[in-house]
Amino acid sequence: MEKDFGQFVDVMAAIVELPIPSEYRDGVVANFERIHDVAQLVLEFPLPEDVEAAPVFVP
Amino acid sequence: MNQSFPDATSIAATVRGQEVSARSVVAASLAQIAERNQTYNCFTTVLAESALEEADQIDQAIAAGHDPGVLAGVPFAVKDLFDVKGIPTLAGSKINAERPPATQDAVLVTRLKQAGAVLVGALNMDEYAYGFVTENSHYGASRNPHDTSRITGGSSGGSTAAVAAGLVPFTLGSDTNGSIRVPAAFCGIYGLKPTYGRLPRSGAYLFASSFDHLGPFARSTRDIALIYDLLQGYDAGDPVCANRPVEPCLPELSKGIDGLRIAIADDYFAKGGEPEVFEAVETVANALGATQRVTIPAPGRARAAAFVITSCEGANLHLEDLRKRPQDFDVATRDRFLAGCLVPGSWYVQAQRFRQWYRDRVREIFQTVDIILAPSVPCVAPKIGQQTMMLDGKEVLVRPNLGLYTQPLSFIGLPIISVPIQRPGQLPLGVQIIAAPYREAFVLRVAAELEKQGIVSAPVVV
Repeated sequence: MEKDFGQFVDVMAAIVELPIPSEYRDGVVANFERIHDVAQLVLEFPLPEDVEAAPVFVP
Repeated sequence: MNQSFPDATSIAATVRGQEVSARSVVAASLAQIAERNQTYNCFTTVLAESALEEADQIDQAIAAGHDPGVLAGVPFAVKDLFDVKGIPTLAGSKINAERPPATQDAVLVTRLKQAGAVLVGALNMDEYAYGFVTENSHYGASRNPHDTSRITGGSSGGSTAAVAAGLVPFTLGSDTNGSIRVPAAFCGIYGLKPTYGRLPRSGAYLFASSFDHLGPFARSTRDIALIYDLLQGYDAGDPVCANRPVEPCLPELSKGIDGLRIAIADDYFAKGGEPEVFEAVETVANALGATQRVTIPAPGRARAAAFVITSCEGANLHLEDLRKRPQDFDVATRDRFLAGCLVPGSWYVQAQRFRQWYRDRVREIFQTVDIILAPSVPCVAPKIGQQTMMLDGKEVLVRPNLGLYTQPLSFIGLPIISVPIQRPGQLPLGVQIIAAPYREAFVLRVAAELEKQGIVSAPVVV
């Protein structure tokens, strides 16, 4: 399924009540697509179920 | 040590010994700022009047026989995300300029003043610390003292340029993904990012709380150690601050590197940059007699996870302003912040969970080594306004790639000092000296050894 980042940004912005002026839209879509692409490196990684996110991170 | 530009330790000794007054030291710093800040554009606020008043108080304390503190009369300045009583905390933004002045100093500023240091101003940065360049559309680009056509790095670029240019002997900055280590490397000075949670951030304007650290810049390792020791200590105003006793590092510096197991980060940290940055790491490794290599697993994924978390947390912090007045943001941050508001929650949680997994793998490495070496930056400082650069034979965007080697490490809060490699006739570089959590003393011992050997140094650029 092809991902339509422009459509996602439009719909999600409306749902979270974030008006995006038309002159910024292309930049926002490009940045969201970049976050999406980078996030795949994390999302594709198989994490064990018992790994939790820490409420306050301890290094 | 350049006698014209002594380090903080030397200045304090002469003030405490009444060889020179605090007022004359502070006045000289203010004169340097008045004369040369227009070249480097480091300062967003200069506090001349209050600084001279505070200097007079130091001199009066000395005259009365009181202890004026170990940093007596030493001028310093802070990135403008630290609260400074009486002025608004800009954090590099136009929006925050409308805020009321801070009613008290940030905790770290207070601790330095209590030690006798004198605050002379606030320093330029990327808007809301979201950048590695300090090319701020509201307050202008800071300029690298080694070559004023080049960036300082960021986001603490005003803080590093001010020290490299000799305007003040030390400054404070912050590091979320590399904002202490990248500009320290580009400007050729020392920058310490302590362990996450080690120093309280109370009264500092945050960017992405999961990764925000504060730390010092200076021109000698003894200054870094002295200042770091003064900054340590729990404060309840920062929910992330670790409740640990102070562990002084200054007395550790003389121990040298005996007993420290030092390794070089390979794989990810040994590629993707220009050849000279790896030469700098080898120079440091040779001086330390380090030959062992270690492989940190999945740093590219760690960097990706840091990117996702940063975009999400940064955007959330500014959500109301992004809704109401996006036009008032810096063009360099605006679209990234807006996009960050739309990140699905499961991406964020997965990135946070990955952080735990990755932390555990790196902890395992520190069972067998004490110190890891890696480049601070993938290249020398790019030109101001430069959009793309060649890295390892490929053309890439400048801004997203300057944190290539820093981001996977601040991601898990390790203590790191970036040490300055001076290259005559060429621009400086930095090498990260990395240790396990709370082992600041180890990284400072290694830095001191390199300084003693003359491998690293931070002379003032004039």
